[in-house]
Amino acid sequence: MIDLHKKQSGEVMAQDTYEKISLDFDFQKLVKDRTNFSWMLTGVMLVSYYTFILVIAFSPHWLGVPVSTGTIITWGIPIGIFLIILSMVITGVYVLRCNREYDGRMSEIISRLNV
Amino acid sequence: MRKSSFWLRCVIVSILPSVVFADMGDTLNIPAVSMFLVFVSGTLAITLWAARRTRTASDFYAAGGKITGFQNGLAIAGDYMSAASFLGLSGLVFASGFDGIIYSIGFLVGWPIILFLIAERLRNLGRFTFADAVSFRLQSTPIRSLSACGTLTVVLLYLIAQMVGAGKLIEVLFGFPYEFAVAVVGVLMISYVTFGGMIATTWVQIVKAILLLSGASFLAFAVLWEVDFSFERLFQSAVDSHASGNLILAPGQLISDPISAISLGLALMFGTAGLPHILMRFFTVPDAKEARKSVVFATGFVGYFYLLLFIIGFGAIFLVGANANYLDANGMIIGGSNMAAIHLSQAVGGDLFLGFISAVAFATILAVVSGLTLAGASAISHDLYASVFCKERPKDGSEIRVSRIATIVLGLAAMILGLSFENQNVAYMVGLAFAIAASVNFPILFLSMYWKKLTTRGAFIGGFVGLISAVVCVITGPTIWVSILGYAEPIFPYKHPALFSMSAAFISIYLFSIYDRSPDKAMEIEAFDNQFVQSIVGTIEEKK
Repeated sequence: MIDLHKKQSGEVMAQDTYEKISLDFDFQKLVKDRTNFSWMLTGVMLVSYYTFILVIAFSPHWLGVPVSTGTIITWGIPIGIFLIILSMVITGVYVLRCNREYDGRMSEIISRLNV
Repeated sequence: MRKSSFWLRCVIVSILPSVVFADMGDTLNIPAVSMFLVFVSGTLAITLWAARRTRTASDFYAAGGKITGFQNGLAIAGDYMSAASFLGLSGLVFASGFDGIIYSIGFLVGWPIILFLIAERLRNLGRFTFADAVSFRLQSTPIRSLSACGTLTVVLLYLIAQMVGAGKLIEVLFGFPYEFAVAVVGVLMISYVTFGGMIATTWVQIVKAILLLSGASFLAFAVLWEVDFSFERLFQSAVDSHASGNLILAPGQLISDPISAISLGLALMFGTAGLPHILMRFFTVPDAKEARKSVVFATGFVGYFYLLLFIIGFGAIFLVGANANYLDANGMIIGGSNMAAIHLSQAVGGDLFLGFISAVAFATILAVVSGLTLAGASAISHDLYASVFCKERPKDGSEIRVSRIATIVLGLAAMILGLSFENQNVAYMVGLAFAIAASVNFPILFLSMYWKKLTTRGAFIGGFVGLISAVVCVITGPTIWVSILGYAEPIFPYKHPALFSMSAAFISIYLFSIYDRSPDKAMEIEAFDNQFVQSIVGTIEEKK
């Protein structure tokens, strides 16, 4: 029941198009796979970042321990750099999988449904 | 468009000589001013070119959706890497070492979240502002009024912080008086946005991002050169030169208690996902695929930039902090720790490179304030004027006219606020802007796309609860209540409100949606299924 006060928003398709797509089995499967993948990566980010934050909150001195004897570099430095690199890499992983797998599956569904 | 080109030429003709011939005394930094003039002429030329291409509302707000993912990634980086992060974060590393790293990580980790949960669906549901996406199935008037309030508060706080920072910085770097600096920033940003809209803003941000990334790369390279590319030596030299010794390699004073740490973490991560000027950038690309690419490039550029900032900050500790030329009589760094990167540029690259970095810092401010002003103007013209006031049926061309007027009004407001906050502490403002973005914009946008039972009433009331609680917590907290108003004890004990204001927002959105008895509730919930398909598939007409 999308009504016309939505005109300023994105393009709106016809009602039967929506139904046709949303009832399609492959579409549901694709959405499920994609959503699981997104939430899994979100989980990885949240767990890594909030572990870091909780260590800072409750046990900050852990990050001040040198990584090995004879060096001045503390655990905080490589862990911090790791989080930065992780953010960059994980976005790449997501896009690679979307481009290689999900986009193809989506366009197959759309052309098969002929909407 | 002829008329606007004419006015733009007038601006150019009147600004350039006034900068060149303004008699600013002998403190005027000639290399910096000349390089800045080159940047200004270049960007005004871009604006002239963009003005001819800005015909429709879509051109004005979203560059006609013709920006590529790579370009948009650079522009997002240019929008996000403010002078506050360049000078502020490198200054923070300079002053307290590891604490600066904590902030930079917080500013970056929001990006993957934006990518996984927000960017593509936002692109598929909206046209110009994030409120388009939220009001896809919710009622336009209350939702747009709320998001315009959220947007304008964030934009104004951010603008004040940038304006005051700009005025101070330019005063020091270029030798211009504060008022003149604020006026130049204001006039230039109004020109870019009014005439060139999103097209000009995007290209100004791209140019600035390239300049800033090259400047920062050179600085970091020069620091690593000094230590023979040995990180061990980098940190050893920093520890030897810093008064706190090896404490700079561990979390320090900045984050004192667990609640503040968690609260700050939330604000930084989810605030990024609610910044209106960033969300708006996703509408400048043609489809969800390009939106996705933009985030990868943006995350790459911003992450790389933060890695450079660590090196710059730690390098400045021994190259600037231990060099008497950059210290005042009390052994403190001249101009405060925010000047660390600037002094470092002179230490490693001489006056010419100092001029370049100063010009880059000025360009950085201009690019960021332009993006902010455009986001604020579109909240006024697209959300409030065209959608709420004209009931989605604005007269031909009137929306774009209103957005130009709104740009000028916002620009003037920013200048006036910038002047009146000259001697105030504005450091808390960006933090507050992030907290509000995390407590208003992010919850309603996220829940509208992921929680079927969200209703208009829940979003409206919950969003305002988030906005008001964030503002009240900051006003009654240590930063304003104690440091600025001078009371002995804060009413709200923590510096960072996000943990509380975000919880308040989410809980009240939940309760007011569940217990919503309004007649539209059933329809709004039913429309979720269609919205969901639209958010995944996007516009399929183009694919046929």
